[in-house]
Formats: sequence, structure tokens, C-alpha cells
Amino acid sequence: MSNHEPTKEQIKEQKLYAEIGLSDEEYELACEKLGRLPNSTETGLFSVMLSEHCSYKSSKPVLRKFPTKGPRVLQGPGEGAGVVDIGDGQAVVFKLESHNYPSAIEPYQGAATGVGGILRDVFSMGARPIASLNSLRFGELKSDRVKYLFEQAVAGIAGYGNAIGVPTVGGEIQLDPCYEGNPLVNAMVVGLINHEDMQKGVAAGVGNVVMYAGAKTGRDGIHGATASSVELSDDSAEKSSPVQVGDPFMEKLLMEACLEVVKSDALIGIQDMGAAGLTSSSAEMASKAGYGVELNLDLVPQREKNMTAYEMMLSESQERMLIVVKKGREDEVKAIFEKHGVPAVAIGRVTDDKMLRLIHKGEVVAEVPADYLAEDAPVYHKSSSEPAYFREFQAMENVEPEVSDYKETLTKLLQAPTIASKEYVYNQFDYQVQTNTIVAPGSDAGVVRIRGKNKAIAMTVDCNSRYIYLDPETGGKIAVAEAARNITASGGTPIAITDCLNFGNPNKPEIFWQLEKSAEGISAACTALDAPVISGNVSLSNERSGSAIYPTPTIGMVGLIEDLSHITTQEVKQAGDVVYLIGETKTEFGGSELQKLVHGKIFGKAPSIDLEVEASRQKALLSAIKEGLVQSAHDVAEGGVAVALAEKTFGAKDLGIHVTLEGSPITALFSESQSRFIVTVKEENASRFEELVKDAKRIGVVTDDAKITIDGESGVLIEGTVNEFCSAWKGAIPCLLKSEA
Amino acid sequence: MKFAVLVFPGTTGEVDLYDAIKDELGEEVEYVRHDATNLSEFDAIVLPGGASYGNYLRSGALASRTKVMEEVKKAAEAGTPILGVCNGFQILTEAGLLPGHFLKNKDLKFICRPMQIKVENNETIFTNEYEKGEIVNIPIAHEDGNYYCDEETLAKLKANNQIVFTYANENPNGSVENIAGIINKKGNVLGMMPHPERAVDALLGSEDGLKLFKSIVKQWRELHV
Repeated sequence: MSNHEPTKEQIKEQKLYAEIGLSDEEYELACEKLGRLPNSTETGLFSVMLSEHCSYKSSKPVLRKFPTKGPRVLQGPGEGAGVVDIGDGQAVVFKLESHNYPSAIEPYQGAATGVGGILRDVFSMGARPIASLNSLRFGELKSDRVKYLFEQAVAGIAGYGNAIGVPTVGGEIQLDPCYEGNPLVNAMVVGLINHEDMQKGVAAGVGNVVMYAGAKTGRDGIHGATASSVELSDDSAEKSSPVQVGDPFMEKLLMEACLEVVKSDALIGIQDMGAAGLTSSSAEMASKAGYGVELNLDLVPQREKNMTAYEMMLSESQERMLIVVKKGREDEVKAIFEKHGVPAVAIGRVTDDKMLRLIHKGEVVAEVPADYLAEDAPVYHKSSSEPAYFREFQAMENVEPEVSDYKETLTKLLQAPTIASKEYVYNQFDYQVQTNTIVAPGSDAGVVRIRGKNKAIAMTVDCNSRYIYLDPETGGKIAVAEAARNITASGGTPIAITDCLNFGNPNKPEIFWQLEKSAEGISAACTALDAPVISGNVSLSNERSGSAIYPTPTIGMVGLIEDLSHITTQEVKQAGDVVYLIGETKTEFGGSELQKLVHGKIFGKAPSIDLEVEASRQKALLSAIKEGLVQSAHDVAEGGVAVALAEKTFGAKDLGIHVTLEGSPITALFSESQSRFIVTVKEENASRFEELVKDAKRIGVVTDDAKITIDGESGVLIEGTVNEFCSAWKGAIPCLLKSEA
Repeated sequence: MKFAVLVFPGTTGEVDLYDAIKDELGEEVEYVRHDATNLSEFDAIVLPGGASYGNYLRSGALASRTKVMEEVKKAAEAGTPILGVCNGFQILTEAGLLPGHFLKNKDLKFICRPMQIKVENNETIFTNEYEKGEIVNIPIAHEDGNYYCDEETLAKLKANNQIVFTYANENPNGSVENIAGIINKKGNVLGMMPHPERAVDALLGSEDGLKLFKSIVKQWRELHV
């Protein structure tokens, strides 16, 4: 052991473990499990593996409640990514993951390596990535710092993703002051696999060889998993070790090599060295298989001189894979990697003693039971308490925000960053590579065909964190239901979700309550909509100087489109088609775009949702789509019916829309009542459509005048050209970025 | 007719080209690695898009120094049709098979979007199925697509009718004279930033790129009946 590292006694006496995120209790437990004091390297192993990022110690009691099973689920949470059957012996593999902390420090590399990590989670399962999506949350684009974070995070995703050759087909962006100092960068990757190629991260079979493939290990990202599990402060940038730097070229080579290696029967198990790098991959692979792993750290390819065992084990250098291969077949596997230009070396072996044992310079420098690190982490049942704000909000009546000029209001809503066109962002992503993208970003869901089959996959990421802040349980239901609406409107059946639970500090009972309640809402909606949770990630302590983000459980959903003819997009198709509004509109403005616009803040009750109604309505609409009755479909979301109608005309050549809405104009136009869609149907199919979708109400017609006309009970409410609304909608985000701070 | 689709480390567009040639065009096609030493069995050579060698140093620079590029140069000399798309175009300029260089896009950002392209010269082996002046929808996806050449080179390109494609209504990347694609003087090496292989199926938005591949086949058939 290097002499600059503290001794066991120093670690205990000076409580040095606390500096790397271990509590007194956790340290005591580690001592108890070992039957002795852990040395510096071992303390490091405990520290990273007990971080929330790796252990889920605070969130486990909540996560256990998620429905994770279903007839299609081939692999639920616990591996690199979840796997869901799509028929024909094929499956989709997907996961959503956060890279919030590094993106707050160094947005380009933080976001880039976020994409890299989630790609590896998917291709380490043996799946070829076929699409990626991202969910981005930043402060309002007012300060130079926020603009910098936003632009660089987008550039980082583009720089990495575009070089790999995986299309970015969808995403969402929300801007709110609560994300000012603590942006959220969540990335999702979807892969395609044949059932027989599915891999697991296991280290089994005594004497089998542990190999290391990919980039060399440096000192970057040490304690990334721990850092991402604590609050940010103004000096975070100074305190942290260097943020990981991505090399998409190495990732591409590694991906191609791994996808060839998974076809070899020499392979026993494979896992990405992600958060907590070599430590988590080796301990988890051993623990999952019920074996031990012994690593000779002298054999680990190193990028820097004089690295200690501690540094090697905790490094989060990118583009690395840990692989277990059958004894005697190392050369074969090595040859595959080398053909792709990827270095691969044997660094250890599988043992039967269930220990993670590390040897460095001829000495055993750490010896810890693998299960202690991977499986037996303590689970905390945090105290939970309903925050005062929630009671206050629940006691409020639903009222309409006051507006007088409806047209001006619609224009302003279309310019709101959450609603405005995201073209500025998604045009920086290659969304066409692999030539399977049927529906590009900008519609309700991205749609990618499965080559050689007459089917496709629809994908979306969604989360309205304002609703979740106001009412976590209802908001959690809405997040899943809205994702499902996007899938349904595209012609797909929702098959599963992945989630990324971004919350504040779970030690605060009010924050833990948000986590608990929103998970309950998500669970209920997943059950009602038949979409189990197959993978996910938790990012807690998203706070800056004590102030938490809105609770943001981002939902990534995948749907199966059984026939390419079912694919439906949001824009109107033909003059003369009937416009229908499906679902009831109530006065519901809590957390709405209009409330934010008028009052500059959000309050009150989140919109209500009835999951039974939601499920049956989505089923009815999907059956109409499958019968070929629906020309276009779009869910009603932020900004209400007026915004949804306007969006339906954007991208439709020279067409317009003319509708008449009943009831109070402000509610009719801008309420954010849930479980609603706007669809268009050919006149000849109208009666059959009405039979299938009982709660569809005819509100108007598609016109050929390229105008948006919305009448109320007593005359015109909004009238304007598609062009004027569209340019406001398109110009908003570039305009915000260019404006002077 | 047999096509070679070259694959350099970091290339990403090889599958798209392979599928376009095999499925949409119905011709024979094979992947050929960067270290291949013989291309003589192929009737046409295609260099795909992507990020060969991570586009480190300069886009296309490292790929242009590989073994297979020596063979590509021989094939160019022999008159074999050679098409470079996007990164493939950059590799061809770096290899000296086409004149000019690439700068970063004028907005300094990657751009992926549908694009209207004008066919300036339909008298090439790559464009004989198009009309002169025809506007076609072929998407772009690049970060270093800003084609640049000096005045003298530009004058030669014009004089020899070597400018094959231009951006029709707007110039997305700042390229000289709206150049989207050029051909060598001999007429068998075409480089273009737009991706014709991404425009071979109406389901994905356009099939205007198909005529480019059909032109190559038509020409070859005429010579090999």
C-alpha cells in the first residue's frame, strides 16, 4: 500500500470515512462484517458501493413496490438494462439513466459520458442500440451560466451520440428556476436483441478468467458515484476530482467488439464498468453468480503513473468493460477485441470463496466478501412526512387564471420553453442514422422500424414535474399516463417503462414523502396501463445550497407498433377531415403552463386523473387507430386544447383547423385536464370512429386555409394564420439563447 | 454489379448503404475493411458516413491514410465509380481524390435535417437518372460540412462542370457556392455531404436518393452488356 494513504487506525480515529460519504453506522457495520478495521482501499470500496447510486439504500423500500413483472418481461430491474419481448424471438432492451452531477460541473463531458454509460448498459446485455432519447431540465435560459450549461450539454449529447451511429429519436426539455443550479440530464437507450443473445453480468465457474476490455484506467471520476449522491454546493466544481472524459471513438469500437463477443460461447458474463467502475462491476458480477473474484491490479491497463489500488478501484474512466470468459479461451476473445482495435487483457480469475480479493504489487490489498458490497448494503427506512405546502395546495379551489386576449395568450404559451419547438436542439442530433426512423423527433413519440419485419417501436420520455411537486401521487400517475398517451397516439401499445427518479435529499422527510408518493402513483399507473417497470436509476440529493429540485421521476416508455400501417403522427392530413376532442375538460390549472404564465409560479391541485378512464380511453383510441380510422392523433398536454390544436397544424402543408369549443373559454382553451386527445378522422369513417371511441366529441374540421380558428359559444376566441403561430413556436428557444443576460 | 462498402474504424453509415444497395437497389454488396489490400473484384466503391477514427485530427484525415485507400486510388485511376457520402466525401478530399477541404458548419453545430438539393449536373455516371436543375429531398447530417476551396479551384470546378449538387434554397453550413457535392475531372469520383442512402424509402420521408444508385447501375449495365 502506498505510504501516503492513511492507516486503518487513522481512518477510524479521524473519521476519514466520513469525507468519502460513509456514515458512522455504515463504517461500524463495515468493521463488523470484516471482523477488523478496513484499510484505506477497503474503506473506499465500501464508500462507493454504499452510495445511493450503487446501493439504492434509501430508495429500495420504495422501488420494491414497483410492478416489475409481466408476460413480456424477460429481464426486470437488476441487470444493466431491462428486456421486454416484442415477438418473433426478438426483444427490446432499455434503460434511462441520470448524469446530473457531472453535467452540473462540466456539461459537455457530463452529458456525453451519460450517453456513453447508458449505451454500454444496453450493449453489455448483448443488444445493438437502435435509438436514444434524452430528458433535459435546466434553469430558465436567462443567465449566461444556464445558457452555457444547456448549450454544452446538448453539444455533449450530440458529440458523443452522433459519433456512435445511434439515432436520437426523441426527448423532452423543461426549464424552471428549480433546476438553475442543479440541471438534470437523463439519457435513455433502446437496443434490439434476439432472445438467445441475452447476456448477464455474472462471474461464475471457478478458474474462469476475468478480462478487462476497452480504455485504460486513469484518475478521472474517482468518487463519482459518491459525489452524485450528495448535495451540490457552490464549491463542488473545485472539490471534485476530474470529471470523466468520453471517447466516443473507443466506445464505438468497444460496442462492435462486444456485440461480436456476445455471440461466442466462450463468454460467461459481461458488465460495464460504470459508476464505481471496477469495484461495482467485479463485486456485482461475483455476488450475482455466488462466486468470488480475485483481481491482480498490476495487470489493469493504466493511463497514469503510480496509481494506487484505491484509485484504480474507484476510477470512473469511461469505455471499459469487465468480462468473464471460460478458462483457456482468453486468446480467442482477445482476438475478437483486437480485430476491432480494442485492447483486452486478463486481470483475474473467478474463485469459490465469494470474496472480492485485490492484489497489488504482490500483496493482498483488499479482501471483502462480494455480497457485502453488492447485495447486503443496509436499507434505510427514511422517515416521511407530508409537507405543509401540500395541505395548503390541496385546500385551494380550482380557479381560472385571468386572461383577456386569448390569441396573445396562445402565442405566449407556444413560446413557453416546455411547449416551444425543440428543433434547435434535435437538429443537432443525428436522428436518421441506421435508416429506420419513421417518426423523427417533434411528434408525440419517436418511431423506429424493426428491419425485416412489419413492425416498429415507439418511444418517449416524459415527466411534468410541476404536477408532481403539487401532488406527487397524482403527478406520478400523470407522468406514466402521459407517456402512454404519446405511445398510443403514435399507434403503439405501451409494453414497459424505465424510470429515473431525480429527487432532493431523502434525509428530509418532506422529500422522502415526495419520493414515496410519486412512486405509488407510478406503480398504480403502470398496473392500470399494463406497463411494468423493467429498469431504472435513482438520483437523490439533487439540491443546491439546500434548495431541492421539483421531484422529477422521469418516465421512459416503449411501445410496440404491431403493423407499420398503424403508425400515426400528430399533424392534420387532409382538408375536410373531422376534428374530435376525446375526454372531458374541467377547470384544472394547478401546475399548468397558463398558471405559470399568468402568476409566475405554480400552486393548487394538480389535474385529477382516473386511471380506469385513462386505460379504457387509450384502448378505444388504439383500436380505432388499428382499424385505420384515424388520420392524426395528438395528446392534449401542457397548454391545453388550444396548444394541441396549434401543434396539429404545424408541419401540415397549407392546412388549417376550425373548431368550436363549449364552456368557459379559458378552461376550454387552456385547461390541462388529463386523459384527452385530439384526433382527425375522415368524414366517411366518422360514424364507425364514434362507435369505437364513445367519449369523442366532434369539435370541428380540418381546413385548407392554413389558419387556426377557434370559436367559443359566443363568437371567435382565437383566429390567426398557422404561419404566425408556428414562427412564434419555432423561434422561442433560439431567441432565448440569443437574448442578452 | 458488385459494390464495396468500405468500413473504417468509427464508420457508422455502412449498414445504411449496404441495405440501400442490397434491399432497395437489389445489387450485390460487401463490406470491406480499412486494411483490405485488394478491391479489384468490385465494380463500384462506396465510402460511408460516420466518424472514422473518431474524426480525430481532421474529419477523414486518418482514414485517408489507410491501406484500403491505396486501393481506392488505384481504382479511381482505373475509372471505377467511387462515391463518398458525408465522412466519405471528407476522406476523398483528404486523400486528394477530390479538391477542396472542410470547415466546421457556419453555426458551429452538428446539423441533421431534411434538405432540398439541386442537381446541377445530370451528365455524370451518378446523376443520369435525374433532370438537370431538379430539386430533390436528400437529408444532411454533419458537423464539418462547410466545403471550402480557393478561387482557382472553384473556377476549375465551374469550368469543368464538376459541381454536381448544391443546396437549393438555403445554405445550411456555409459551403462555397452552396456546394453539396462535386465530382473529379475524370467523372468517376463523386463526393457529397447529403445522404442519398437515407432517402431510398418513402416510409422514411424520401426516395429521391434512389436515382443516384440507379444511375450508377444503369451506366455500368450499358458498358457491360
